Amino acid sequence: MARSNKPIVWGLFAAGGTVAAFIVPVLILITCLGVPLGLLSADVLSYEHLLELLQHPLSKLVTFAVLFLIIWHAAHRMRITGHDLGIRNDTLVAFVCYGVAAAGTLLMLVAVFGL
Amino acid sequence: MTRRPYIRDLPRTSWWLEQPRYIRYMAREISAAFIGIYVLLLITGLFRLSQGKAAYETFLASAEGPVGLSFAVIAMVFAIYHTYTWFQVTPKAMPLMFAGKRVPGAIIVAAHWFGFVIVSAALWLLVGS
Repeated sequence: MARSNKPIVWGLFAAGGTVAAFIVPVLILITCLGVPLGLLSADVLSYEHLLELLQHPLSKLVTFAVLFLIIWHAAHRMRITGHDLGIRNDTLVAFVCYGVAAAGTLLMLVAVFGL
Repeated sequence: MTRRPYIRDLPRTSWWLEQPRYIRYMAREISAAFIGIYVLLLITGLFRLSQGKAAYETFLASAEGPVGLSFAVIAMVFAIYHTYTWFQVTPKAMPLMFAGKRVPGAIIVAAHWFGFVIVSAALWLLVGS
């Protein structure tokens, strides 16, 4: 039987979709809406507080893993959606979608190591 | 003489506007764009954070305007729609058996929403206090 990399891609896609389903709404609430709505103190997003939260090796690892899964999930889904929107050049769409995800992953590596 | 095959005439880019079901499908798929852009912004914020206090505060100020806030509201709607659609298919994606019987789909979906509340509350308390 022909070997395929589909199970791996599909597994990553499903993992990313699940992680996104559980945490993206609360992440948006905390990072973007909580302070303007008056639900959170502005100190929550302060430089000092975020640094304190993110400097622990475990939180760096979790942050990286979670955002990695979500961004590759989004990239894969957008690639498939490109076809649905009538763009038939899948090679180009895949290059753009996965390219953006790869660039995001690299930037995140630089950021997490630099914290 | 062979008959010509029937090819249904569908607009290539706007077919999904023709039925509410297709629109819901496209809304589900396009949620990935909003989630993806949001995560890219988050990564940018992390990067600016790693560059120091001044860089981070410039980034924060630029994200606080009406454009940033409007994006956040729209992204929130799509993110919740993603959660809803993702949980709705869990009984089909991973059917469960318990004591020889199939666990009803509604219970599997409800368990996911219960987990969602726990995860959200935990993260809110961890970051917010």
